[in-house]
Amino acid sequence: MPNTLYDKIWNDHLVDLQDDGTALLFVDRHLVHEVTSPQAFEGLRNSNRKVRHPNLTLAVADHNVPTTDRSKGISDKESKIQVETLEANCKEFGIKLFGMNDKRQGIVHVTGPEQGFTQPGTVIVCGDSHTATHGAFGSLAFGIGTSEVEHVLATQTLVQKKAKNFRVNVNGKLPLGVTSKDVILQIIGKIGTAGGTGCVIEYAGDLIRSLSVEQRMTICNMTIEGGARAGLIAPDEKIFKYLKDRPMSPKDKDWDKAMEYWKNLKTDEGAKFDKEIDLQAEEILPMITWGTSPQDVITIDEKVPNPQNEKDEDRKNSLERSLNYMGLKPNMAAKDIKIDKVFIGSCTNGRIEDLREAAKILKDKKIAAHVHAMVVPGSGLVKEQAEQEGLDKIFVNSGFEWREPGCSMCLAMNADKLKPQERCASTSNRNFEGRQGRGGRTHLVSPGMAAAAAISGNLDDVRKYQN
Amino acid sequence: MQKFNTLKSIPAYLPIVNIDTDMIIPKQFLKTIKRTGLGKNLFFEMRYDDQGKEIGDFILNQNPFNNSKILIAGKNFGCGSSREHAPWALLDFGITCVISSSFADIFYSNCFKNGILPIVLEEEKIKELSEYANRKEEISVDLNENKIVYGNNEIKFDVDKFKKKCLLEGLDDIALSLKKSEKIENFEKDLKNQKPWIFND
Repeated sequence: MPNTLYDKIWNDHLVDLQDDGTALLFVDRHLVHEVTSPQAFEGLRNSNRKVRHPNLTLAVADHNVPTTDRSKGISDKESKIQVETLEANCKEFGIKLFGMNDKRQGIVHVTGPEQGFTQPGTVIVCGDSHTATHGAFGSLAFGIGTSEVEHVLATQTLVQKKAKNFRVNVNGKLPLGVTSKDVILQIIGKIGTAGGTGCVIEYAGDLIRSLSVEQRMTICNMTIEGGARAGLIAPDEKIFKYLKDRPMSPKDKDWDKAMEYWKNLKTDEGAKFDKEIDLQAEEILPMITWGTSPQDVITIDEKVPNPQNEKDEDRKNSLERSLNYMGLKPNMAAKDIKIDKVFIGSCTNGRIEDLREAAKILKDKKIAAHVHAMVVPGSGLVKEQAEQEGLDKIFVNSGFEWREPGCSMCLAMNADKLKPQERCASTSNRNFEGRQGRGGRTHLVSPGMAAAAAISGNLDDVRKYQN
Repeated sequence: MQKFNTLKSIPAYLPIVNIDTDMIIPKQFLKTIKRTGLGKNLFFEMRYDDQGKEIGDFILNQNPFNNSKILIAGKNFGCGSSREHAPWALLDFGITCVISSSFADIFYSNCFKNGILPIVLEEEKIKELSEYANRKEEISVDLNENKIVYGNNEIKFDVDKFKKKCLLEGLDDIALSLKKSEKIENFEKDLKNQKPWIFND
């Protein structure tokens, strides 16, 4: 019977399958960060259990770390305790950790691929919903809760039930100024935030295959915003080339053997999908979110919706609640939305290509006087690369702040946050109420769109600034 | 883990769709290294004003809903991050059953690891049950029988058999999986032969 890529990876990792369909799945790669792991390590200690495979586990502190001068350490007491707890736990259980002053430190979903820890055909988990990012390499990667983190640490397995197969086909060519961020926002707008619930999404089609590795990561990253735990893309030459000679990639004979396996990782002709949708790339335009759910998308040329046009009472109430929170009027043009802040970074858009895309727009331009803008590279290595290319200078000259790597204002656990009613054009992944700070208002956009908004002082069309 | 068997309570009704984990427990409370003590910060931004005072309009600030053990909410409850702090906060507040027409996957599975029963019902039934919240009348949940009893009526609900067993008996997942150690070891042996690159050594 023809299988999907998800079916194949699933079958390849079955340690046990009960009659009721409950499976025990082997986990090849486990990423750990400071926020969702302390209780898991405590659980291990309380039950006198060890980490089964420390060398299949990689830890990095990202959520709580400051993005300003780190020479004095972390000033927030609780954040400091959490990061120190991770350090102590890694030492005690023999897990490799990239500390705050290691240049390999970064957002866990940027670091994993960069180090070659992320590999095709593997099952990758992390106590973080954006683990879906790693699916760009053709792995089955998904976020888990802390109890499951403890389970993986102790057993290197996870109790799971099989999800449904959902394929999203995107064909054609993207118009100028439209990026993979716009593609995924469009997909979420189309399927809704619960559209992928219970499913694993495979992204396919010639547009997807034409994307770079990093662009694919942006798409897989936001799969969770469409409700699916995992999104994946069949690996190809671009992936293999990306992984070759990374520090944790297979070497020598192992590389050849891995390649043999990786090359066959694709959905068979005629494999059955429970759900399938098609998008045409030419029809995708630069997107923004106007509301408090990632499904609240419109193009930059459109207007904010009017709740009065909604027949469904629940939907109407929900629109009103969002507009009220966002401080927007019905029918307002997207381009009339004035912004206070710009955030470029996160596991969605904090990689080198994202920074290049924004810098291209900002070169020789100044940001609007009332806008406060910052760039937070996804990792120390991204930061180093950007500095070698002189991108930091472009950002700083235009009026952006150039920061140290971490999750930063994507979820505002550290000092980087919006004040009440402040409005931000953000390259991150969630526009929930309070996500970037209590009362803060988030508009999700691509890096180029964030740069355009910074220059104009309002949400604006990146195509206006394309050279 | 605490067992879940039957539960009787006046439910609290929160008619909002897409309640995300940031709403359930905002990030500033994720800095804890413990599982307990999060109940006072459950739904923090809806529950307290800028000065930290309780907002009287919010349902969980009102008597008797401040003692509700059952929460009824709009669809796609628990979307967003994987933070288990969300079920921990509910549990610490005293809520051990959440009823919605749909749940986000990670939140749903996190509930079962913490003795919380998430129940999926059709929208129509949710509306019916919410009347009991409005009238401040008790409803009861019986996991053994897969049913909710309200007034003279009852509704059956579906729950995965294995998850149900774990909840009823308060079983520790890890201990159960470790009983399969031999299978894990065999899998690892095969893996070392077939995909030697996985082990990094």
